[in-house]
Amino acid sequence: MQPFRTHTGRVVPLDRANIDTDQIIPKQFLKRIERSGFGEFLFFDWRRAADGALEPSFVLNQTRSKGASVLVTGKNFGCGSSREHAVWALADFGFRAVVAPSFADIFATNCAKNGLLAVVLRQEEVREIVERSAEAPNYQLTVDLEHCRVSDDRGFSATFPIDEFTRHCLLEGLDEIGLTLEREAEIAAYEAGLAQRRT
Amino acid sequence: MGRIEKVMSEPRTLLDKIWTDHVVCVPPGRLPLLYIDLHLVHEVTSPQAFEGLRVAGRSVRQPGHTVATVDHNVPTTPRGTPIADPIAALQVETLAKNAKQFGIRLFDMDSPDQGIVHVIGPELGFTQPGMTIVCGDSHTSTHGALGALAFGIGTSEVEHVLATQCLPQRKPKNMLIQVSGRLGHGVGAKDLALAVIRQIGTDGATGYVIEYAGELVRSLSIEGRMTLCNMSIEAGARAAMVAPDDVTFAYLEGRRFAPRGRAWDEALSRWRRSSYDPGAKYDVVVEVDASRLAPLVTWGTNPGMVVPVNGRVPDKNELKTGDAAGAARMLEYMGLEPGTPIETIPIDRVFIGSCTNSRLEDLRAAARVAKGYRVAPQVRAMVVPGSQAVKRAAEQEGLDRIFQEAGFEWRESGCSMCLGMNPDILQPGERCASTSNRNFEGRQGRGGRTHLVSPMMAAAAAIAGHFTDIRNWQFR
Repeated sequence: MQPFRTHTGRVVPLDRANIDTDQIIPKQFLKRIERSGFGEFLFFDWRRAADGALEPSFVLNQTRSKGASVLVTGKNFGCGSSREHAVWALADFGFRAVVAPSFADIFATNCAKNGLLAVVLRQEEVREIVERSAEAPNYQLTVDLEHCRVSDDRGFSATFPIDEFTRHCLLEGLDEIGLTLEREAEIAAYEAGLAQRRT
Repeated sequence: MGRIEKVMSEPRTLLDKIWTDHVVCVPPGRLPLLYIDLHLVHEVTSPQAFEGLRVAGRSVRQPGHTVATVDHNVPTTPRGTPIADPIAALQVETLAKNAKQFGIRLFDMDSPDQGIVHVIGPELGFTQPGMTIVCGDSHTSTHGALGALAFGIGTSEVEHVLATQCLPQRKPKNMLIQVSGRLGHGVGAKDLALAVIRQIGTDGATGYVIEYAGELVRSLSIEGRMTLCNMSIEAGARAAMVAPDDVTFAYLEGRRFAPRGRAWDEALSRWRRSSYDPGAKYDVVVEVDASRLAPLVTWGTNPGMVVPVNGRVPDKNELKTGDAAGAARMLEYMGLEPGTPIETIPIDRVFIGSCTNSRLEDLRAAARVAKGYRVAPQVRAMVVPGSQAVKRAAEQEGLDRIFQEAGFEWRESGCSMCLGMNPDILQPGERCASTSNRNFEGRQGRGGRTHLVSPMMAAAAAIAGHFTDIRNWQFR
């Protein structure tokens, strides 16, 4: 996994609450058996009209989103289906961090496994960022995982909570399966006990 | 010793009991490692996980604790014809290849046991009280109806469980939902599930495991409990559970993969320890009064937007509170005017199926409504049993004939139009009364408009051509 330490990037504001994973990546794109190439299908039904033409009113199609890497959005982002394809699509599009007042559980876990940082800020802080980004199309944020801080170069600064293990894995880009396999002795002992209890 | 006994006998939540039983170890500075008893696998969220194993040269640690089926992609037209969509076909073939390579039991498309993963798990007796169960699917919460801790995971976690049979997990918080009252005539578990989401919100249970309790919950069948637990993810819950009781044990006894003989007796005594402990401490307690519950219908694009069937789409004043711009957008998508009476909304399609409502009791309830009637001429209605076993049982009872004589299509089992990964989808602008679980934009097909209802309400809507209050239905 690609480590995440600190990242500065252009902001895309998507000011809607409860964006579900069906919107992030519609089901017709879940049939692929690869892990890559989902970026072009990100928010497909919002980005494209029924005839496939780009919707100029949708923020991801505007010049400001070119090269953007920080998505700022409403509460309960990523609710619904467990599809990790939603995270793969965001990451493949170029996003490194998503900032929101809250995330759905499975989505947040999926983010952590893919080096995409899910940053929880307070509602009013998210609103402040959305307003600032509306005023400046080139608006950028720095997301610093080492200090758990989000800031811009115009005086905005806020800290965010994250559990220590997730932070550690992201900072080091760790292979979590490898970490678990280090506990082979404990797992085997548990399984032996299990067999005993159940016979 | 005395002190230990006191601690042991303290009332505990079902989550706390199962959690403690499954923590393998808590490595310093890391999350507890939770042992997984049963891993359910399907074709959509697993190919990248198996590929990950191959790349890393890893194997499946416990193939015997892993069960696979195909459900999301499979067509519901008669079996035996190849899958027309080559990408879907490849995904189904890939699961078969992976199952073979890694030695996993697979209920393939032509298996008499194929079905929606959350329908066949309990049906075959794989799902048992006190277990930890995961699946790369958010509706894994369904299995909590039998008193298991069951939750949905992403593909990276699928790979993790395949390789290690464990998951590093933060312990969720405990939420007790105490349901009081009695369900009135024509009101069922689906209405209760929608009422819970309406009350606590679509993120009301984020970070929690819900334990449902109360006499009403006890009075529900296992299938009803499954409907209730199934939709708890729509309130953000990590999982949902009902503590096992005699209803649970009676459901499980004799199922193919349930314990037998002496093992059954031992399992029973183990399972009884997972009963509901009055006095256990929960982080949050929610009281739900179901006594005046009406059959419910969703009007918007998330499952918390629910009104009684005899109610109206919220009017402009009601929509002003909260996210007004969002509500306006939603109504535009749904093609609805504020204040419209629900019973006047005409529908084009009806879908009876999904892991929420495709079990035998659901089909019986819908068939009772449909019996002796005809589907309205402008409506296309389909019934998709949750599994081949459900389909056979329904056919034995003659439910297929009732449906077909009424003009419903009778299909093969799968997820079907709940998420429209197979050819069963809505056309843009089509309005559907659906027994599934999500009314998200485009969920059942781009531009499709989904209203979530119970199986009885869906059947009645198919016949009336619009939503109608099942409490006034003339059964034939």
